[in-house]
Amino acid sequence: MPPALLQIKNLVKHYANVKAVNGIDITLDSGICFGLLGPNGAGKTTTVEILEGINEATSGEILYKGEPLGDTFRKEAGIMFQSTALQDFITVKETLQMFADFYPVQADLEDLIRRCNLTEYLDQDNRQLSGGQRQRLLLAIALVNNPDIIFLDEPTTGLDPQARRNFWNLINDIKAEGKTVVLTTHYMDEAYTLCDEIAIMDHGKIIAQGTPKALLKANFNDVILQLPASEVMDLEHLPFTIHKRKEHIEITTSDVNEVVSLLMENNISLAHLQIRSRTLDDLFLELTGKELRT
Amino acid sequence: MLFKRFMALLHTRNKEFIRDRSSLGWNIIMPVLIVAGFAFAFSGDIGEQFKVGVLNQKEATEASQQFLVLKHIDFYQVDNLEKAVVKVQRHQVDMLLDAKKQQYWVNTESPAGYLVEKLLVGQDDKKFQKQTVSGKQIRYLDWVVPGILSMNMMFSALFGVGFVIVRYRKNGMLKRLKATPITAFEYLSAQIVSRMILIMIVTAFVFYGTHLFVDFTMHGSHLSLFLVFALGALSMISLGLVVAARITSEETAGGLLNLFSWPMMFFSGVWFSLEGAAPAMQMVAEAFPLTHVTAAARSIMVDGASLLDVSYHLLVLTGQSIVFLLFGSWFFKWD
Repeated sequence: MPPALLQIKNLVKHYANVKAVNGIDITLDSGICFGLLGPNGAGKTTTVEILEGINEATSGEILYKGEPLGDTFRKEAGIMFQSTALQDFITVKETLQMFADFYPVQADLEDLIRRCNLTEYLDQDNRQLSGGQRQRLLLAIALVNNPDIIFLDEPTTGLDPQARRNFWNLINDIKAEGKTVVLTTHYMDEAYTLCDEIAIMDHGKIIAQGTPKALLKANFNDVILQLPASEVMDLEHLPFTIHKRKEHIEITTSDVNEVVSLLMENNISLAHLQIRSRTLDDLFLELTGKELRT
Repeated sequence: MLFKRFMALLHTRNKEFIRDRSSLGWNIIMPVLIVAGFAFAFSGDIGEQFKVGVLNQKEATEASQQFLVLKHIDFYQVDNLEKAVVKVQRHQVDMLLDAKKQQYWVNTESPAGYLVEKLLVGQDDKKFQKQTVSGKQIRYLDWVVPGILSMNMMFSALFGVGFVIVRYRKNGMLKRLKATPITAFEYLSAQIVSRMILIMIVTAFVFYGTHLFVDFTMHGSHLSLFLVFALGALSMISLGLVVAARITSEETAGGLLNLFSWPMMFFSGVWFSLEGAAPAMQMVAEAFPLTHVTAAARSIMVDGASLLDVSYHLLVLTGQSIVFLLFGSWFFKWD
């Protein structure tokens, strides 16, 4: 049986008195998209930087194709940092060519340029790129060596919804080629859409790991009913678990029929009633006790 | 593969510098302006006072003392006869007087020397023994040009490499490069070679461009001068690498680079000779690469010295380059 593509054993990273990463184990097989989620300060960036070879672990072991991280990994890994400055006065094409020249194996640059929608901007100075164009260039740089494993650190942060959707399509294309993607993101819908497996980190530890659906199923057997707050005056006496939000209230229940019946009996309008399933946002909140962006 | 990665970095860095027109323009224009300014400032008479070097001043004879009390003559003590005679040859000093032996040296081609001689001997020319020297006048402009070229090179080397590396470290560019197969050696080599090529081209441009409209002296070999400047550039770029090895703040880097560059600018003999300066200052100046580049370039340009003549300065610059490079590479951090 071939070794896992990436195997992390009891990874630990200490900064002075802070345990940023506190003994995590992850095994990644080829061809999956693995999402690493967690609130700020959870240790996910430190973990990814250690995996990328940017940061050094205090202890633990990381094996790539059964071997410790080394030259092979550097040549076969593609990395897209959350924010990377590019050289001023250099064009998109020159930037891609420079990074391509760093590697013994190069992707077909013309194909890469076309897939990342960079054709129109090839002769444009890096400084003149928009947010979306810049992210696509950084993705193209990460793919310039035709990598087996790609690390994407919050790749869609700051992009508008359309640019995000376009970026998701690019990542899906990469997945379709059988490449392994390690994704960190703040967006739960992004993780749910793209990731085959996710791990949620908090306080330097992995507190949940599995496929998004399996994790939701394991943690929730209820749904959420939403009603506009302006149409609901007094529900305190009803036997529901109620959360008041800014503009609506949420009722968590495993028996929708019973709740709806009781609401009708209390003459509460159901005209704007919405029912939604549990999401990764809920799971995240449940497990970490924190809003995602805090 | 190593060469390919090195060339990729080198090409990109060169393009970045050449396309940054404001930076490139400033590198070329500043030294031209300084030299042109000096040419203009010293185009007229330099001063009214005569300047006389005096040997054995404490043991001056009565006849000598009568001369030494004259007003409007700048008398200064001299310890080294040979060096002082060279100054008379270059018209930097109007006369050299041995106050004990009642012997004097004047330049036969110097009008000021003739006038001072008349003040010394009056109508009786038997009291003092005359020695004549000859030599073309060395203007301050000729003396200062090698220093200005060296100084411009220093700023380009220190700030061009040091500041750029710190900026790349701060904005994450170096971190991104660390994630590629590029090694620190390849990256730093590319930075050094790129900056050396650019410094040599700019220096040549400034040298020949300035020479078109300012007639400064160049008695030595152009190839020797090129080698001196190349070694000087390497030494000062390496010093820039040391400064930039770990710093992550452009403000700190700017402060540190100024800390190195300003004392070098003033105390490396660019603007004035360090002869007669306090021994402590001379010791400090000896440690500056700019002192040795300036001294070697000046010897070649003004005196027509060979590489052998300036071998001491070349050895010091080589040693400094090796030490700075080794330390800078060892100390270097990507992020």
